[in-house]
Amino acid sequence: MTNLKDWETVIGLEVHAQIISKSKLFSSASTNFGSEPNTQVSLVDAAMPGMLPVINKDCIEQAIKTGVGLNAKINKFSVFDRKNYFYPDLPQGYQISQFSQPIVGEGYIEIDLKDGSSKKIGITRLHLEQDAGKSVHDIEPSKSYIDLNRSGIALMEIVSEPDIRSSEEAQEYVKKLRSILRYIGTCDGNMEEGSLRCDVNISIRKKKFQSRSLLGENILSELGTRCEIKNVNSIKSIGQAIDYEFRRQFDVINSGNEIIQETRLFDEKKGETRPMRSKEEAHDYRYFPDPDLPPLEIDEEWIDKIKKNLPELPDIKKENLINQYKISSYDAAILVSDKSNVEFFDKIITGNKKRNAKNVVNWIIGELFALLNKNNLDIKDSPIKAEELGELIDYIEDQTISGKIAKNVFDEMFKTKKRPKDIIEKKGLKQITDTGEIESLIDKVLNNNKDKVDEYKSGKEKLFGFFVGQVMQETKGTANPGIVNEILKKKLAN
Amino acid sequence: MIDLKKINLEKAIELIKQKKISSKELVSFYLKEAEAKKELNAYIYLNSDNAIKLAEESDKRIANNNARPLEGIPIAIKDLFCTKDVLTTAASKILSNFKPAYESTVTQNLWDAGAILLGKTNLDEFAMGSSNETSFYGAALNPWSKNKKEYVPGGSSGGSASAVAGGIAIAATGTDTGGSIRQPASYCGIIGLKPTYGRCSRWGIVSFASSLDQAGPMTKTVNDAAIMLDVMAGHDKKDSTSANLEKTNFYNNLKINKKLKIGIPKQYKNDQLDKEILNFWELGKEFFKKNNCEIVEIDLPHTEYALATYYIISSAEASSNLARYDGIRYGFRKDSEEIINLYENTRSVGFGEEVKRRIMIGTYVLSAGYYDAYYLKAQKVRSKIINDFNQAFEKVDVIFTPTAPTDAFEKGTKIDDPIKMYLNDVFTVPISLAGLPAISVPIGLSKNDLPLGFQIIGKRFDEDSVLSAAKIIETNANFKKESD
Repeated sequence: MTNLKDWETVIGLEVHAQIISKSKLFSSASTNFGSEPNTQVSLVDAAMPGMLPVINKDCIEQAIKTGVGLNAKINKFSVFDRKNYFYPDLPQGYQISQFSQPIVGEGYIEIDLKDGSSKKIGITRLHLEQDAGKSVHDIEPSKSYIDLNRSGIALMEIVSEPDIRSSEEAQEYVKKLRSILRYIGTCDGNMEEGSLRCDVNISIRKKKFQSRSLLGENILSELGTRCEIKNVNSIKSIGQAIDYEFRRQFDVINSGNEIIQETRLFDEKKGETRPMRSKEEAHDYRYFPDPDLPPLEIDEEWIDKIKKNLPELPDIKKENLINQYKISSYDAAILVSDKSNVEFFDKIITGNKKRNAKNVVNWIIGELFALLNKNNLDIKDSPIKAEELGELIDYIEDQTISGKIAKNVFDEMFKTKKRPKDIIEKKGLKQITDTGEIESLIDKVLNNNKDKVDEYKSGKEKLFGFFVGQVMQETKGTANPGIVNEILKKKLAN
Repeated sequence: MIDLKKINLEKAIELIKQKKISSKELVSFYLKEAEAKKELNAYIYLNSDNAIKLAEESDKRIANNNARPLEGIPIAIKDLFCTKDVLTTAASKILSNFKPAYESTVTQNLWDAGAILLGKTNLDEFAMGSSNETSFYGAALNPWSKNKKEYVPGGSSGGSASAVAGGIAIAATGTDTGGSIRQPASYCGIIGLKPTYGRCSRWGIVSFASSLDQAGPMTKTVNDAAIMLDVMAGHDKKDSTSANLEKTNFYNNLKINKKLKIGIPKQYKNDQLDKEILNFWELGKEFFKKNNCEIVEIDLPHTEYALATYYIISSAEASSNLARYDGIRYGFRKDSEEIINLYENTRSVGFGEEVKRRIMIGTYVLSAGYYDAYYLKAQKVRSKIINDFNQAFEKVDVIFTPTAPTDAFEKGTKIDDPIKMYLNDVFTVPISLAGLPAISVPIGLSKNDLPLGFQIIGKRFDEDSVLSAAKIIETNANFKKESD
């Protein structure tokens, strides 16, 4: 009987990232998401007789940018191949892809793990290919419909080395990759809309310490038989699919059986994987160089130009945030994990130079993220805009409102999308700092509670809080608590 | 009175410009002739109504002295070129109902120059064949057929060759993948020019084998071929394999008398070659010598592998290019509840035997386990063949060979023997593999009283020398143009 904890997963990920570009990889049709079916289809995309592909230079530039962002080698010579298979949403009967000579070669990205460590994950390659159209089966029971809007849109397939050892690493890898793509603006990373899709290759093996040689050197145990899991369409699903598959493969091996190399589908609802296609249907794609397209040649000058103009990448941005604003590494990592976070932060901090970076970060990753998560919203869709959160922070800073009131205002802003100023004014939440006004309020409270005042003076000092509470109640919490404390102490000492 | 039957393209342009004939007269003449010679089966579609209307418009332009280079000239188009709103079948059942919403670049160039679509000519299905017998619409006939014998016009551009030779088109377009312009030109006694790969845009031409397909003119004279090529050729951004070259004028360049070095490849002289072809070959050499050209023997050592290489590469590309004819979006469909059956029914009924044979060969040579032995090896041999020509062209300006190993054969004699049929291409495919320009020019009549053509091959993009050399043969051979 072998133990699950003596085993490890070996994972490689294939990520399909839709390139941000105005038109498709080999045609001038638009790439907008969500348009009426078959309204963004050129003659090339519909594979009309005699139509020829012409490479979109913008898509090549996007691939080179991404390659640079992945610390990878840009291949100055690459080739487009045809991958042949029949499917109704594949009009040409082949997909134009890159097989033996991709545009981007080996690279790596660095991921941060929960235990504070970081790890390099190798990138095997990145290649360009066309997306297929969509088959729609649920409009009529006996008919299928084809939407070719997606047909021909440019994809980057980014293949990792089998360097990933856990579901956490896999999730962090995809998060980091997505973050890089968003920073350099080559893919919007939207997994729900399918612009980032992930296939997981996974096998399991005994951990390497199990096979330590006499000399104490680690001998890598051989790789097990792998399964490819498709349709893993969220970060959460990646974790679930891997954990499920680890357990399943372990159970298969543990019961004396062998893993079958196969393609499996992840069922999001059930949280499990199941075989997708049988061996009989295994494809022979008959790859060969596309004779309609000359090899792609990229000159050094172009690569250099792209390198020079590449936007700041998350790792560098993180360092800069720490140095410039003296915020913690942990906070900086959270900010840079998503380009939109940093943009939100940058807007607040540059909106008013006096704002305290640490405060700003706390508001974003504390209060704002909590509400966004609760409401399942992306920061880009936040009901509270950066400028407004900045204003709220300023009101605390200049003592217009207290921190406690600010939280109520914040909730109200989130609900109503109103500016903090309007909420504060309408609800009369402005802090009372006028000592005369507070003093007369205190007098009123003390007069109404003479018995309690006597008790206090005879030693029951706990009642101090009671008096503060009464004053706050009178002012609906708007009295400046410092001033209240100070005057109250003075009065009760008499 | 001008005998319209006797005039060629060059003459017609002149007469129209001089207003000695009208476009409407010329177009009407060819429509009438085409109707009268239906037995040639050269046309799949005749543009009867529209062509007359267009001719009237051209005549207005001519009257206003606003004529373009080919104003009012009716041209026959191989039915492999997509023509907007006009049936484009590739002579296949699978496209028998297909009307494109777009115009191929080459035909658009012709219309922009004032030419008029006369009709769409017959061909071997998807340009796969050497006799025009694989057409879904039945074979076109060689106009030289006589004594109740039916000869094939050659293929695949058999309809275009038949139309020009038969006097029912003044000029036509063809396409050449392995000899499809040159071999039918030879069989029918006309000029057929395959330009350098990349010279004419492939955009809008139904693809057979992308790395080999090239459009070219089929005409009565060498001058006519130059005139046509001047209009058909040009860079096209829509075709990534189209060459971006400065515009030249082949017709004007033809007037320059060139002293050429003529190469004779020893590998083309094989034992099976008929004595009369060898004799014509000698005759052609004499013509060149008479014109101060030097004859040089050259070596093309990989010639014997060209035919096999060609059938592997062209079939591989075809198997993929023809995958789009699946019955889903356009063309013929044989329905079924299951998608796989829909594909199978559509393609097994929609494609003819020869097309299916090539798809199967192509699929086989690209399959896992066979790719290296066939497709990859063929690509390596192709490089060697290209290199052979490169070396030869260090010594000579053009190469002179027979176009085909025989004259036209009788209908039905080779269609059941694919290998015999493929051997027709033995002299034309090496040139296709190397992407070189080549022309077939008639040199005389065989003992069967059928035309024989010879081929002149040039360096990449040196159509000028090819045309000049062809002109020498044309002038000296003084070939009788009419088939009757």
